[in-house]
Amino acid sequence: MAYDFETGAELIKLCEKEDIKISEVMLRRETEIGDMTREKAVAEMRLNLKVMRESVNKGLTTKVESVSRLSGGEAMNLYRYGDLDPFSGHETCHAAAAAMAVVEVNASMGRIVAAPTAGASGILPGVLIETSLSRGWTDEQLIEGLFSAGAVGMLFAKNASISGAAAGCQAETGVAAAMTAAALVEISGGTPMQCLDAAAIAIKNIEGLVCDPVAGLVECPCIKRNGMGAANALLSADMALCGITSLIPFDEVVSSMYAVGREIRPEYRETAKGGLAATPTGRQIAANIKRMSGQRD
Amino acid sequence: MENFSVFDIIGPRMTGPSSSHTAGAARLGYIARRIIGAEPARVHFTLYGSFAETGRGHGTDKALIAGIMGFMPDDPRIRSAYKLARDAGIVVDFTWSEEHAEHPNTVMIEAEDVNGVETSIVGRSVGGGNILITEINHLEVEVTGDYPTLIIEHHDVPGVISDVSRVLAQLGVNIAYMKVFRHGRGDNGAFMCIESDNPVTPEMQAIIGRLCPAVHNMMVI
Repeated sequence: MAYDFETGAELIKLCEKEDIKISEVMLRRETEIGDMTREKAVAEMRLNLKVMRESVNKGLTTKVESVSRLSGGEAMNLYRYGDLDPFSGHETCHAAAAAMAVVEVNASMGRIVAAPTAGASGILPGVLIETSLSRGWTDEQLIEGLFSAGAVGMLFAKNASISGAAAGCQAETGVAAAMTAAALVEISGGTPMQCLDAAAIAIKNIEGLVCDPVAGLVECPCIKRNGMGAANALLSADMALCGITSLIPFDEVVSSMYAVGREIRPEYRETAKGGLAATPTGRQIAANIKRMSGQRD
Repeated sequence: MENFSVFDIIGPRMTGPSSSHTAGAARLGYIARRIIGAEPARVHFTLYGSFAETGRGHGTDKALIAGIMGFMPDDPRIRSAYKLARDAGIVVDFTWSEEHAEHPNTVMIEAEDVNGVETSIVGRSVGGGNILITEINHLEVEVTGDYPTLIIEHHDVPGVISDVSRVLAQLGVNIAYMKVFRHGRGDNGAFMCIESDNPVTPEMQAIIGRLCPAVHNMMVI
């Protein structure tokens, strides 16, 4: 395989050798690993983009409610507030709302695209689709962004983890923010190295973040963490694009994130036994849900 | 999953909220439906471990019902599964067990189809929407549903395995994975689980039945 890579350094080398973008390496790699043609791979990603856009729109325009009735509607509220005078700025506030919208839709048993997981599925579509509206990016640009995000996500999957049960929330919303930051940089014309710098900066911001979902559900704190992850991605991309680099190289940041993840005790890795899940309120909510009848339409 | 595809990272497209508790559960139901092979009339689900603990909030019950009706894990109708099952005249009920199971996301599915044939299936959701069927009618199996699967029940006599694999080769079916199981020594029932690149058609099954006399039952998933 000419376009396979195990590390960020190898990925950069491939990009520089042929003067191509990360997304182009990832697309060429995809045609090498399976029987998918380039056209088929792009069409499949276009389908993912379509479902992503539907999930953003649904969460921002309808009052969704989760099965547990714990969540829904907050994304819509934040989006409207974003039209006023938010401290975080219109674009950031809207992107955060869109990220939350997807995870609210997910919790309501709506259709989403895992990116890289269901619990972190809001950050990538929320940020890309919202910024594309304010900046006039085309679907072709967004699809390229998704391929470059996929490359960064794959580096974490190969060298660390993208599972909250294995390495905490840093491996889910953290990785999603890193993927998104890299996509933003590539679409904005940054170099492959700047993409990985942005990804490294995003992960460094939340290194060690635990996975402590109340009642074991993908709602609290996951929905708001997707909103915060959107802001993390945007600012990390800005830092990289203005020329700020990561003092610790991307590959070493990935290793350290995984080393920290393995040190996180099992109570804080998706078992709902520690952190927010173990607070008096968290426990009460879990007890209420256990009593809930399963039969509700 | 060593050789990741970009679509393992950006994907799958699924109905939320959880890849293991919802998408995996829907897939378990879907594969169970294919094992049953006919329209189900009555289905009893027993949930264990984390499925029983957090399944209500994750819609695990709805996903299982949707799957048993033949819906795929990204079908938005999963949300209305109870109503759709009622409309289709399928009786479903659940036991949320507190008993220990070997794997945290385990379900036992006991189904009676419209012809009165009963099937019991045990499976687990192993993460990322992937599943493993571990028991069919109290017999140990290993079915992932990733490939077309042929399950063969046969007398435990020498030469059956080579007979079956020879016939499959002649039919142009390439075997991806194959496992054999039996219940102790002697002819107490033996099984083969064959996962192949291409599906085994009913015509092919008839040929296997004719050329391999020790085979007495076949199931295609």
